[in-house]
Amino acid sequence: MTAAAPDRARKTSWRRQSVLPGFNLTLGYTLAYLSLIVLIPLAALAIRSASLGWTEFWAIATDPRIVASLQLSFGAAILAALVNTVFGVIVAWVLVRYRFPGRRWLDAAVDLPFALPTAVAGIALATLYAPNGPFGAFLEGVFGVKVGFTSLGVVVALIFVGLPFVVRTVQPVLEEIDRETEEVSATLGAGRLRTVTRVIMPGLLPAILTGFALSFARGVGEYGSVIFIANNLPFQSEIAPLLIVIKLEEHNYAGATAIATIMLVISFAMLFVINLLQAWSRKWFGHD
Amino acid sequence: MQVRAENISKRYAGMAALDDVSLTVGSGELVALLGPSGSGKTTLLRTIAGLELPDSGTVFYNDRDTSEMRIQDRGVGFVFQHYALFKHMKVMDNIAFGLRARKKNKPKEAEIRRRVMELLDLVQLSGLEGRFPSQLSGGQRQRVALARALAIEPSVLLLDEPFGALDARVRKDLRRWLRDIHERTGHTTLFVTHDQEEALELADRVVVMSKGRIEQSATPDEIYDTPATPFVFSFIGESSVIPVAVGNGRATLDERVIDLDVGTLPDGPAQLYLRPEDVAMVTDGGPGIPGLVVSTRRIGGMRRVTIECGLARHRIEFDAPAEIPIANSQRLQVRVIGGRVYGAGSEGYETEKLAASATSDFKWAKAEGWLDR
Repeated sequence: MTAAAPDRARKTSWRRQSVLPGFNLTLGYTLAYLSLIVLIPLAALAIRSASLGWTEFWAIATDPRIVASLQLSFGAAILAALVNTVFGVIVAWVLVRYRFPGRRWLDAAVDLPFALPTAVAGIALATLYAPNGPFGAFLEGVFGVKVGFTSLGVVVALIFVGLPFVVRTVQPVLEEIDRETEEVSATLGAGRLRTVTRVIMPGLLPAILTGFALSFARGVGEYGSVIFIANNLPFQSEIAPLLIVIKLEEHNYAGATAIATIMLVISFAMLFVINLLQAWSRKWFGHD
Repeated sequence: MQVRAENISKRYAGMAALDDVSLTVGSGELVALLGPSGSGKTTLLRTIAGLELPDSGTVFYNDRDTSEMRIQDRGVGFVFQHYALFKHMKVMDNIAFGLRARKKNKPKEAEIRRRVMELLDLVQLSGLEGRFPSQLSGGQRQRVALARALAIEPSVLLLDEPFGALDARVRKDLRRWLRDIHERTGHTTLFVTHDQEEALELADRVVVMSKGRIEQSATPDEIYDTPATPFVFSFIGESSVIPVAVGNGRATLDERVIDLDVGTLPDGPAQLYLRPEDVAMVTDGGPGIPGLVVSTRRIGGMRRVTIECGLARHRIEFDAPAEIPIANSQRLQVRVIGGRVYGAGSEGYETEKLAASATSDFKWAKAEGWLDR
């Protein structure tokens, strides 16, 4: 008995004692599940690409065609996520704040990019934005901009698949925002713009960052819709996931995993930075 | 500044939240809007602030019609029940918000800081300017909210149940403190409350509302001593109601004359409203109304006794000195020494009715926007 007491104290020193049991079970489950679904496959990927050896790996990483595809993949994903952040917040705002006929239909339609097979989206977008499609012809005729079968088409496809992420993360937070703080702001003499930027936006920032991160991550990984709307020319509109598929078709498994590993590292680094930003914004704006 | 609301009407989903209400708050006056939930008091306050638009009627600030004024230009200091502080701003920035939002005559940052410090001193929160609202207690938050409202030097201060979310002790302290601040700053102030004690203690004048109408507007003394309507009588303080008959200028209970002025009431059935202190026990063997004691309980230095009297066994509550022993089922005589007689057909505030109309209360709450908060 006496020997068990200090042992118990040591065991619980790094976590708070709780009257509600379940910590061990749930943590164990979480670790096992995460390992099985996420960590082990990713580790296998890293090990496989490690079989290449450093010089060979470096040769792949600096291959101009691969660098160009990575630039396009990440650049387009960031651009699409930025566009989605702006318009997703507006969509969420309209859905939360206004009551109008057809609101529920619109609300449901936001989820369509989730549900649709991305190839279907790609074909639909390609039809619209192709040089002879209705949108494509208009844009090329009026502004001289080619969208279909170019890198711009990649961005359009990524905007399409990423939109629900921003809307669905911002919407519930916006619903929680207290109308009274806006009313107080108005009585204190603040105009609408000042109220939105100084009172509403700071509270929304963490949710907006999350939406941006999710939309970005989705864009980096997107494959199905992009290959239909882009003409997939190397150095122009070839995305990194497509290059991975090409390497696989060439039975160059090591090459494919090398590109995959590079993508993994960059994605992880970016998501990590976004998480830091989020933590910082929470602290700065006094959430919790 | 004087605030005048004229013939304000406002309907929500077919129900009248405000029914032709007129109210004047004199310059520097401290007025309470008192009433049960759903009486329209919050709607009236919000209409005066410009947060709601009336269906008809006009609000004047010093004879200036406000219907064309933007809410930003009205100079209203509004305080909400749940503080509505900007959570992401420190106390300092919360209070400075109104000054920084100014387009004309915006003070320099150093001047703003000085003013904020002054206000923090006024609301007794010096040293807390660097805290976030989540690091403050409820009472402190409400004081920050008040300082924030005072910072813009408002022409009128409007408070919506300012102490409603606080516990009883803090509420009492803040009440006294608000009275102090009002005396020092002299702002025209209108506040909403459902707490009669708060209204009577704090306000120069109390406006009692029910069902979208003003029942009485008078000093706390007048409200308590000469309630204009049975509603006011029963809403303020404790009361018993017994039916009486009026005839020949006198009120009678079971043929026994009650010594009260019935004014110009027509002959016929009427209601006698009594406060506990309006009834005294007969100890000298004189004439009185016989009654049977149903229950007694001790309230402070007095004993609250409930008796049944009359043929219909109406219940009356009154206070007896604690040193007189009174037991259940004891028979005794009481004398009516106060109270008011109201004609039949006039309606009081009855707690039993509240339960029956819970659904309509719910609708009212919805109409007043309570549920959306």
